[in-house]
Amino acid sequence: MIRVVLPPHLRTLAQIGTEVTLDIEGPVTQRTILDTLETAFPMLSGTIRDHVTQKRRPFLRFFACGQDRSFDLPDDPVPDMVMSGAEPFVIVGAIAGG
Amino acid sequence: MTGVRVLVGTRKGAFVLSSDGQRERWNVDGPFFGGWEIYHLKGSPVDPNRIYASQSSGWFGQLIQRSNDGGKTWEPVGNKFVYEGVPGTHQWYDGTPHPWEFKRVWHLEPSLTDPDIVYAGVEDAALFRSVDGGQSWSELPGLRGHGSGARWQPGAGGMCLHTILLDPSNPERIFIAISAAGAFRTDDGGQTWLPINRGLRSEHIPDPTAEVGHCVHRIAMHNSRPNVLFMQKHWDVMRSDDSGDSWHEVSGNLPTDFGFVIDVHAHEPETVFVVPIKSDSEHYPPEGKLRVYRSRVGGNEWEPLGNGLPQRDCYVNVLRDAMAVDSLDSCGVYFGTTGGQVYASANAGDRWSAIVRDLPPVVSVEVQTLQ
Repeated sequence: MIRVVLPPHLRTLAQIGTEVTLDIEGPVTQRTILDTLETAFPMLSGTIRDHVTQKRRPFLRFFACGQDRSFDLPDDPVPDMVMSGAEPFVIVGAIAGG
Repeated sequence: MTGVRVLVGTRKGAFVLSSDGQRERWNVDGPFFGGWEIYHLKGSPVDPNRIYASQSSGWFGQLIQRSNDGGKTWEPVGNKFVYEGVPGTHQWYDGTPHPWEFKRVWHLEPSLTDPDIVYAGVEDAALFRSVDGGQSWSELPGLRGHGSGARWQPGAGGMCLHTILLDPSNPERIFIAISAAGAFRTDDGGQTWLPINRGLRSEHIPDPTAEVGHCVHRIAMHNSRPNVLFMQKHWDVMRSDDSGDSWHEVSGNLPTDFGFVIDVHAHEPETVFVVPIKSDSEHYPPEGKLRVYRSRVGGNEWEPLGNGLPQRDCYVNVLRDAMAVDSLDSCGVYFGTTGGQVYASANAGDRWSAIVRDLPPVVSVEVQTLQ
């Protein structure tokens, strides 16, 4: 069971609480987490990754276990604590004006 | 019972303002999508309960929302806008080639005949169409593929396709406008496009009468006479009597011919409204007086309409999609400002009052006349 924390606007969009849990078979990577998330909540497609390039949107960051994992490769395994469900995979909107 | 519903897009959410046919007392609903930029909302002429909204954010990109109950509830629909084929390049501000990149939807134009068909004008400039109520979108690539595409350049607000006019007398004919490429027309349902900028003169571009490159801010027409078009260009108010094949200036006695909005009275095809703005760098009304100007003769002769509008210390702007008219017997005119006011006149501009005064900056205003 993978725990994912979304920024408030995306929680509103997906009509979910602070945290969602995902069951992922096979490798747990940023890509498989986001693929599974978007399958479960199709309205999130394109809001975290660009539809075409599949790159993380520039003003979003990924955190896990107190570390910025935004620049990990999409197919790298996420930390063990995230895989075990002890820690969430956190998607954060960068602090910026507006 | 008749009434009106005013759809307001702002920098921080959408609002729905509704009233009966008297247009004196208003209900204000919203914000919907609080915190998101709502560039545009528009209802289907066929089914007024079907409303589309463009919701975007610098963080989360583009969403399209759809309501089937007149704006009470909303559901997200398709947000995948992918250019057809290899996107290619247009000109960047410095004249260098720049790849076409989707940024946001500026304008949504529902079909005149089918509530599931809707057009989207986007930045970087292109025209998309959905035939399934917004669930999926396909580009009409003939526009961007027009031979001039590589020469198009963004205006200060981005290279946006902001105006879509559907000809009610000819389903194959669509007019669009792009800042800063100019106006285009298709006569074959969007397969091929013709630049319609002859007669425009823009002193700030290398060739002032070029085929493309003009910063058109807005085009308007009256449904009963779709061959007559009115244009607010960056500078100059223009008119065409031949479906855009040629244009002539009708700025006449306006205090300044810079501005963004332009619209036509619902029942008088020769009555036109603009809001003059001081200059291209001073985006506020001349003399600090907010005035709509009305011509009852199709341009050139304009009268100021300021009754009920602030006539001192007013320094707001009225953006290109932020004016609309209703079609009640006494034509209502509405506009929103970057200061968050939405003004209404139930008598074609003779007297104005604010429906609301303290919204976030208003980006767009549309009106639905409900029978």
